[in-house]
Amino acid sequence: MGEHDGDGASRRKVLECMTWAGTGVLWSVSGGVPHALGIIDRAVAAEPRGLTFLQISDSHIGFDFKPPYPSAVGTLQECIAKINALPTKPAFMIHTGDISHLSLESQFDDADQAIAQTRLDVHYVPGEHDFVDQEQKIFLQRYGRGTRGAGWYSFDANGVHFIALVNVHDLKAGGLGNLGREQLEWLEADVKARSASTPIVVFAHIPLWSVYSNWGWGTDDAAQALSYLKRFGSVTVLNGHIHQIMQKVEGNMTFHTARSTAFPQPAPGTAPSPGPEKVALTRLRSMLGIANVAYRQNQERLAIIDAPLQS
Amino acid sequence: MMSTMSVPTKSPLPTMRGAILAAALGAACAPLAAACVVPGWAQTAAASAVSIANFTFNPKALTVTAGTTVTWTNRDDIPHGIAWTNNAFQRSKALDTDDGASFTFTTPGTYQYFCYIHPNMVGTVVVQAATGSSTK
Repeated sequence: MGEHDGDGASRRKVLECMTWAGTGVLWSVSGGVPHALGIIDRAVAAEPRGLTFLQISDSHIGFDFKPPYPSAVGTLQECIAKINALPTKPAFMIHTGDISHLSLESQFDDADQAIAQTRLDVHYVPGEHDFVDQEQKIFLQRYGRGTRGAGWYSFDANGVHFIALVNVHDLKAGGLGNLGREQLEWLEADVKARSASTPIVVFAHIPLWSVYSNWGWGTDDAAQALSYLKRFGSVTVLNGHIHQIMQKVEGNMTFHTARSTAFPQPAPGTAPSPGPEKVALTRLRSMLGIANVAYRQNQERLAIIDAPLQS
Repeated sequence: MMSTMSVPTKSPLPTMRGAILAAALGAACAPLAAACVVPGWAQTAAASAVSIANFTFNPKALTVTAGTTVTWTNRDDIPHGIAWTNNAFQRSKALDTDDGASFTFTTPGTYQYFCYIHPNMVGTVVVQAATGSSTK
């Protein structure tokens, strides 16, 4: 899958094909814009120069279809095996939330144990399933060291500025995802002094664009957050939550959602509710996966490769 | 956490007067509802039920009389949880598939709630004064 740069149209076409492929997204960042590299195996063959990192999402440890379907731990372990088999080791991994199904310590333990096998640094954001415990403190105790508020933070890698946002806290009746005033103020200050040529990667659990509000697939105050990023030449927004690949390009901003490692969800509006989609067992692994992202100097977009557990 | 008024059982007052006294106490404690009236998540069987299916509360709007215990049961294969608008009460535990939670309402009023995992799911419970008592 070599044509991930150049004109947007052909890239979109490539991404469209990948929609039906993946386990994970391999991201490559070059020159300011992340590109999806395509299916993981092929992406790796392309050997991107620059920064490559991995995205996994929605492990939902604790959720299980009944046998003979594999458990959520089982499919996470399969994804980890796939990551460990990559010929080029990613610099680090991001997990875009819903690590657990019910915020139980045992579920986080199982996830941590599987993910530790990658020996990668992992940057987490919570999903709404990670804030289910009565006091909403287990996630932050485990993953929130050095973060602000409900768990947001930023860091830099290879000249790329990464921003981890939390849009699953202080949710409002009738609302969608929520960032809140305190986090928005932090974000505005966080990016203020940065040069517009700094490539930006934002990641959060619920999409920061309106995918399908009838199912709660959007974030109420995302527009405010994105307004602080408009002046940057390259902004890539990586989300999870919807358990399927969706992609949108708007000006300098690329939005992308990753597959779940646990179970698929229906396409917007195609089912009575967004509950788990119990596809035939033979198809299940084609709908779960990881994402690999590559960044290269002097290219506009990051390359994102969504790789399924099984093509 | 059962929350029926305790005054009438302690006092040999006629039923009607007991009810009025209870209502008067209810009104008097309204600003301190959490301290005096003790509404709460109950362990007992329900007098009224709300089913959660397809990410929807059914019925979405429920009217009960004061003292009624309402039980929510999750029929989805994804968890849900109940939180009250303005944090009127403590939120429920997370309800996994087929789990239920019961809440006893003691004070007349309109209570709006939502799923704290999927906040676009909303519902309302209207609690009316029990028959024979006054809401004043």
